Amino acid sequence: MPLLWIVLVVLGLGLIGYLMGRSRALGSAGGDGRQLHSLPSYYGWHGFMLTVVPALLMMAAWLLVAPSVIENRAAAGIPDAKIAERGSRSLVMAEVRRTGEALDMAVAQGTMDEDMARNLRADFTDVTERLKATGAIITTTVDQPILEAAQNYRVMAKASNLYMSIAVLGLAVVGLVFAFMRSDKDFRARNVVEQGIKAILILASTIAIMTTLGIVLSMLFETANFFEQYSWREFFFGLNWAPDFRGNSELGMLPLLWGTLYISLVALLVAVPIGLFAAIYLSEYASPRLRAVAKPMIEILAGIPTIVYGLFALITVGPLIRDWIAQPAGFGNSTNSVITAGLVMGIMLIPFVSSLSDDIINAVPQAMRDGSYGLGATQSETIKQVVLPAALPGIVGAVLLAASRAIGETMIVVMGAGAAAAQMEQGLGAIINPFQAMTTVTVKIVSQLTGDTDFASPETLVAFALGLTLFVITLGLNVLALYIVRKYREQYE
Amino acid sequence: MTDATAQGPDASRPERSGSLIALDERTRRRNRSERRFRLYGLIAIGIGVLALVVLLTSILSQGLPAFQQTFVNASVYLDPAKLDKNGTRDIEEIKKVSTFGYAPLIADAMDRKMESLGIDPEEFGLSDKDALEMISKEAAAQLRRYVIANPDQIGQTVEFRFLANGRIDGYYKGRVTMESAERDSNVSPAQLRLADELKADGALGTYFNWDFITAADASENRPEAAGIGVAIIGSFYMMLVVLFLALPIGVAASIYLEEFAPKNWFTDLIEVNISNLAAVPSIVFGILGLAIFINYVGLPQSAPIVGGLVLTLMTLPTIIISTRASLKSVPPSIRDAALGVGASKMQSVFHHVLPLAMPGILTGTIIGLAQALGETAPLMLIGMVAFVREYPGAPPEGFFDPASALPVQVYNWTTRADPAFVERASGAIIVLLLFLLCMNMIAIILRRRFERRW
Amino acid sequence: MNDMRPLERAVETKEIKFECRDCQVYYGDTHAIKDVNVDIEDKTVTAFIGPSGCGKSTFLRCLNRMNDTIDIARVEGSFLLDGENIYDKRVDPVQLRAKVGMVFQKPNPFPKSIYDNIAYGPRIHGLAKNKAELDEIVEKSLRRGAIWNEVKDRLDAPGTGLSGGQQQRLCIARAVATEPEVLLMDEPCSALDPIATAQVEELIDELRESYSVVIVTHSMQQAARVSQKTAFFHLGNLVEFGETGQIFTNPKDPRTESYITGRIG
Repeated sequence: MPLLWIVLVVLGLGLIGYLMGRSRALGSAGGDGRQLHSLPSYYGWHGFMLTVVPALLMMAAWLLVAPSVIENRAAAGIPDAKIAERGSRSLVMAEVRRTGEALDMAVAQGTMDEDMARNLRADFTDVTERLKATGAIITTTVDQPILEAAQNYRVMAKASNLYMSIAVLGLAVVGLVFAFMRSDKDFRARNVVEQGIKAILILASTIAIMTTLGIVLSMLFETANFFEQYSWREFFFGLNWAPDFRGNSELGMLPLLWGTLYISLVALLVAVPIGLFAAIYLSEYASPRLRAVAKPMIEILAGIPTIVYGLFALITVGPLIRDWIAQPAGFGNSTNSVITAGLVMGIMLIPFVSSLSDDIINAVPQAMRDGSYGLGATQSETIKQVVLPAALPGIVGAVLLAASRAIGETMIVVMGAGAAAAQMEQGLGAIINPFQAMTTVTVKIVSQLTGDTDFASPETLVAFALGLTLFVITLGLNVLALYIVRKYREQYE
Repeated sequence: MTDATAQGPDASRPERSGSLIALDERTRRRNRSERRFRLYGLIAIGIGVLALVVLLTSILSQGLPAFQQTFVNASVYLDPAKLDKNGTRDIEEIKKVSTFGYAPLIADAMDRKMESLGIDPEEFGLSDKDALEMISKEAAAQLRRYVIANPDQIGQTVEFRFLANGRIDGYYKGRVTMESAERDSNVSPAQLRLADELKADGALGTYFNWDFITAADASENRPEAAGIGVAIIGSFYMMLVVLFLALPIGVAASIYLEEFAPKNWFTDLIEVNISNLAAVPSIVFGILGLAIFINYVGLPQSAPIVGGLVLTLMTLPTIIISTRASLKSVPPSIRDAALGVGASKMQSVFHHVLPLAMPGILTGTIIGLAQALGETAPLMLIGMVAFVREYPGAPPEGFFDPASALPVQVYNWTTRADPAFVERASGAIIVLLLFLLCMNMIAIILRRRFERRW
Repeated sequence: MNDMRPLERAVETKEIKFECRDCQVYYGDTHAIKDVNVDIEDKTVTAFIGPSGCGKSTFLRCLNRMNDTIDIARVEGSFLLDGENIYDKRVDPVQLRAKVGMVFQKPNPFPKSIYDNIAYGPRIHGLAKNKAELDEIVEKSLRRGAIWNEVKDRLDAPGTGLSGGQQQRLCIARAVATEPEVLLMDEPCSALDPIATAQVEELIDELRESYSVVIVTHSMQQAARVSQKTAFFHLGNLVEFGETGQIFTNPKDPRTESYITGRIG
């Protein structure tokens, strides 16, 4: 049964639960709502909740757990020799899944009937050709163990769906009946419903934790796979990035890290002075009229999607820098360059630095400024020697957050910085020129994970290791920055 | 306290310039440095504003031409002998005629057009085939769609606007010149001269191009036909998913954290997670989507549902943060008043606090949606860069069909060789920015209209 | 050295330092100070008293143009410092404030070391030619602020780490370090405990030797203790101005009497 139908049926049962619970409670009070402990609608909601919530939770849990159980059991039938032959279990399983889908398609198109799909033998018929005819993506010849596993897989997936439908609907009915039995004029429906709502609220707020957990686990898992195939030493300390899908790749992270840090540095060199000076001017000097115009204009920069900046780098800034600076001066002739990406990213970060700094500068107490003016300091002396030192921790926090943004930024570097990894082996001279194209961690995550990917090869899996590294770096920066900013705010509260 | 008078009072007072009205040298110098400092601030703001202006003008000037397209006007005889051999007007029969069947009709129409205008392609040194190449390769498909939509027109002669080839179009947009045409294998200067002649006779013209907004993407060698229809639908579906997931979950989480959560390590853990997730690079969410939703759960690639789920997780922190701020701004007296008349805590929140905080919550949600709409990187990882020709179906099944998304479509076009796609990409950006502008306007209006000062 | 005080007091060299005529201050539409005329003498402590919101602090802030930092404040009238109008267009408030120092209600040491707090003024005004001179100014100012003995061993410690009373004396020392001619004090003791208040009051009395001191205070006892001249403000008007003894024992205006006896306030 399709998921949508299950959900609709459960909701329908919920509605019945609402009506039944409400009417039974009213009935027990002789139709007089004032005799009830809670408002009649609470009895209804009680019925609805007990019917729907456990059922849907069970469905979600089933959907989460079932795929891995089915996969494990389907894989159990595959001989070890087969796994050894293809390299890894996940690779074989990908093939099994694809074959299973192809069988589904064949049945849907009517080129096979259900019986045939179940009992087909690769030894006797040319399965591969027949499945390819359906338009499914079959890359290798389908042989007997794979086909068998695929057939098992299909059967189990179908069975799982059936069991799930039964279990979910059954649970909904049980909940309905239970709620109905409980509905009585002395039953404290409101308290129960409110407890239930509170539980839902708690569940919603734990999604943040589950997301983080999901990020960490999914990347850890694949990263572990990667390090089984590739030495972690060479990944973290390798000076060369040269992936090759035929094997023998060199997957050193350092050139990418260098590119990331270099471009981020350029971006911060642009964004921090401009953002900081803009914030100082807006908070200390600007007339209310100028502030009302300039502040939103600069903040618009923050609302523009990064793809727009990427396009701006690609079609405007890149050619401009190449034609006016890099080529005449002989620095290089690539439209993609560190400076292009850095400059455009810097523009993107200006509002980020300026609005955070603005808040922080405004948090410096006026008494501090008065003390300085009272001594005959000019406004700029006050800012430079009193306000900024007082705001320094907060500003450092803002810059760290901006740095974390820069390191994690993807589209601008994809479109502005190019795809060539820094040639670290050729020494500092080769990697310091800001007019050359250079690639970053994020660009490589994108390029290794888009297009035809094979989740068993180190060339694809390296993206997860890169992602985890990126996550850890930005996490560190964020936590540090948030800590600093929070401490700073407490100081002046 | 004796040290206060340790020094003679007058001995300590140095001679100053005395008058306040005459500025001393040092003060003048300090004032100059003050003005310099102020100037730096102004320059910084100037750079920021200038960057915005340059960015927008660059995109606008590159992208506005995408809304205009060069067309060739010709009257086509929809020959029943070719389109409907049996004469049954059965739609299924008509559909069986492929685009190849329509090409001769177009060639025929062009021939007659030239003849009626008294233009002979030979004079320009062009064969009939060369002249026909000035029409887009998409023209046959264009005509076929028209016939399938209007089968009753078969046998008639209809006035039709054919898309001109991308290079001819580029010629009128300044992208292609006579010089560049010399070196271009796809277009010759003679064709451009013929196009000028046709334009002078009114057979070729530039019109507003609705197809850019409604049509699907087109292949590498026919940029003139590429549109953002599929991408808009894909983005819209994702926004629906985000709205229906992120808003209730975000509001529920905020209510718990703001109104019910006890102060303990678990609450702290949630808070730290939320503020951190708000700053995690978007591409990491893409990896999450790929690993969990596609590889583990087995949802299809390129589907709006996956994109919507990923964007939901990304938008949640934004929505939670702004929702909490607006819940916080509802004064405690409202809660006390509700509790005072015997409402439960839950009732006071749902009946009083939440409605009062609603405008703020909606504003935050719209801003979160706007952020999600412009997000590109995570969508690339879940396969939305794929070339999608077909419109996704109606929801809910449509959520599982392959689709593109506006920002990803833009990226996709920038990776193609033909410079005409850059124009398309910029045009798509303009549409994207217009959407964002509308969303932000709505947010601002909501805030203005419903903002309460307590 | 204490014997210098009666000697000084005996010599009546009380020239007029500040001559204020027809002074008006507006905050937006509010007329905060109305037609105030007052003469402030050199080497005298002048106290401004009056109920909250009477305009005494506002008027004080006019004397070194601190109101310039408030956008909506507008000042009219003539404020002559040694015969020069401080609101003259040619006057730079920065130069003025070097001559007319100010100490605020809440101690506001900068988030710097004690040394740098004191050295801040001399540095920006270029009062010291070298490090040795600066050291000397810092020590002298801290001594004048009557806090030298408490902090001389920890000049590098942050000024914000001192106690409230110490912080306020540090701020006074900081104001003194720029060698002002007039010292304005806006309720300098309101955030301090009684012991710290006594120390600061004693300090104010000593500062009178060198400066003209103007102090705004809520406490009439304090005005009586430290000042020689007292001005009573009420609702933006200067009600009465005269010798402190006369104001407190024999006020001429019934409003002053009501305030002193505690009937308005």
